[in-house]
Amino acid sequence: MIIKLIIVVVLFAVTLGIAAYLTLMERKVAAWMQDRIGPDRAGPFGLLQPLADGGKMFFKEDFRPTNADKWLFIIGPGIAMFTSLITGAVIPWGPDLKLFGETISLQVADVNIGILFIMGAVSIGVYGIMIGGWASNNKFALFGAIRASSQMISYELAMGVSVITIVLMTGSLSIREIVDQQHGFWQDGWFSWNVFKQPICFVVFLITALAECNRAPFDLPECESELIGGYHTEYGAMKLGFFLFAEYVNMFISCAVISALFFGGYNFPGMDYFSGNTLAILGTLVFFAKTFFFIFVFMWIRWTLPRFRYDQLMHIGWKKMIPIALINLLITGVVIAYTEGWFSKDKSNESASNAKIEQPLGVNTSPEKTKTGNSL
Amino acid sequence: MESLSNRKKVVSNKKMTFMEKMYFPAIWSGMMITLKHVFKKHNTVKYPEVKREFAPVYRGQHVLKRDEEGRENCTACGLCAVACPAEAITMTSEERKKGEEHLYREEKYASTYEINMLRCIFCGLCEEACPKEAIFLTDRIVPTYFERNDFIYGKDKLVEPVDQRVDISKRQLTGKRPA
Repeated sequence: MIIKLIIVVVLFAVTLGIAAYLTLMERKVAAWMQDRIGPDRAGPFGLLQPLADGGKMFFKEDFRPTNADKWLFIIGPGIAMFTSLITGAVIPWGPDLKLFGETISLQVADVNIGILFIMGAVSIGVYGIMIGGWASNNKFALFGAIRASSQMISYELAMGVSVITIVLMTGSLSIREIVDQQHGFWQDGWFSWNVFKQPICFVVFLITALAECNRAPFDLPECESELIGGYHTEYGAMKLGFFLFAEYVNMFISCAVISALFFGGYNFPGMDYFSGNTLAILGTLVFFAKTFFFIFVFMWIRWTLPRFRYDQLMHIGWKKMIPIALINLLITGVVIAYTEGWFSKDKSNESASNAKIEQPLGVNTSPEKTKTGNSL
Repeated sequence: MESLSNRKKVVSNKKMTFMEKMYFPAIWSGMMITLKHVFKKHNTVKYPEVKREFAPVYRGQHVLKRDEEGRENCTACGLCAVACPAEAITMTSEERKKGEEHLYREEKYASTYEINMLRCIFCGLCEEACPKEAIFLTDRIVPTYFERNDFIYGKDKLVEPVDQRVDISKRQLTGKRPA
């Protein structure tokens, strides 16, 4: 119990700390890509910049527009922050750690519907933006909020379908189970990471994750040039800070989910040479390295691509992403059914067909995989 | 007609191929461009510590020159004030007294000489008009102040100190006038 509490607190602190330093990283990456140096005045290499920014946010006047709905105006950023933080609870940050004769799972809660929980929490995250935008009683804020909600609903579908594809392959909704099935790097004649088995699914998930995080090129809810900040136009001080912070926490979590679902989480090539606590620590480090790589990719994309027009956004979401994800799901389903031997008349033929099948999508046909698949 | 610049392009409405419609190759090449810039040399100059070198012909704060013996060149002829398109320069002239020969080069000198830096457009026409090679623009920056009156520079700021000569050789090859 106490251990869980410690993990919760550590996770909370680490997530917030990382989110704070992501703001610095964003500015640095932006600067480098534009041949600049970036913030370097506060501390060595500008490392104290997030503290300075946070301090500024705290000490600014907590302003509320006259006609804003008082409670909803306060609740909005709270919901945004809350939902983005709770998603971190189900992500397995590393293999089990053994300390003082006890096995410590580096995960707050191994919920057996982990990925579903994340999808649900992300959907609630829209409420924060929507309530905040509506309560500020400003047309630009409302525009931003409406854009955010419709964008998130549109892209959640494609994201959900691509997650279903992974779930179909794995046979489990628990993220730890999904990660454990991508053990090592090479298994049964193919890469064990899901990205090599489901590249299309990965691309769809990456694009929809960008849209879910309201990141460029999908940053229409808060486009500075059109909506002067969108849903947080009227916000200031730490309430604005919460919105911005929630966004970076979201980005961190979705990058963690991407690396867990598609890039093997804490698995790395040659992990079988290690065991026990060494493996746990190395695995956690690897997981964070992967996560940070994807955060860099997110930033890289942001500072490369221009923003989409709104009709283009909807076009991509509904007419491209969802059909591609659905077709991918269908093909995966057919292939899995074939490997399971659903199409062979003779049930005794099953094991033989398993051995023979070429793997067009690289579906894993190892015995334990078949077992979990059967339990679906 | 043949265009001289050779830069015109004929607009084409050709349909995009499948690969182009995928956008991924284009996005990839764009991302490679931004990645290349990460490793490029930064153009930033860390300003307060490092100052960017000005062009030799930069036109900044004025200086009223003295000659080799430390005497003011200006004779308060007023040609600079007349030439000034922004009417930023005013002065009053006075006759040189006995015993002031070491201060002023000629019999007449400017007892006050003021340039309003808010009016000045740093065109350099005063420098061009000056027959005595007394006024020059330098590569120094006029700083900002909170009060308007602070921008009116008198002789205390404009005349170069005897012991701290302002170098204008970069800007003007002649700093001396014929004796």
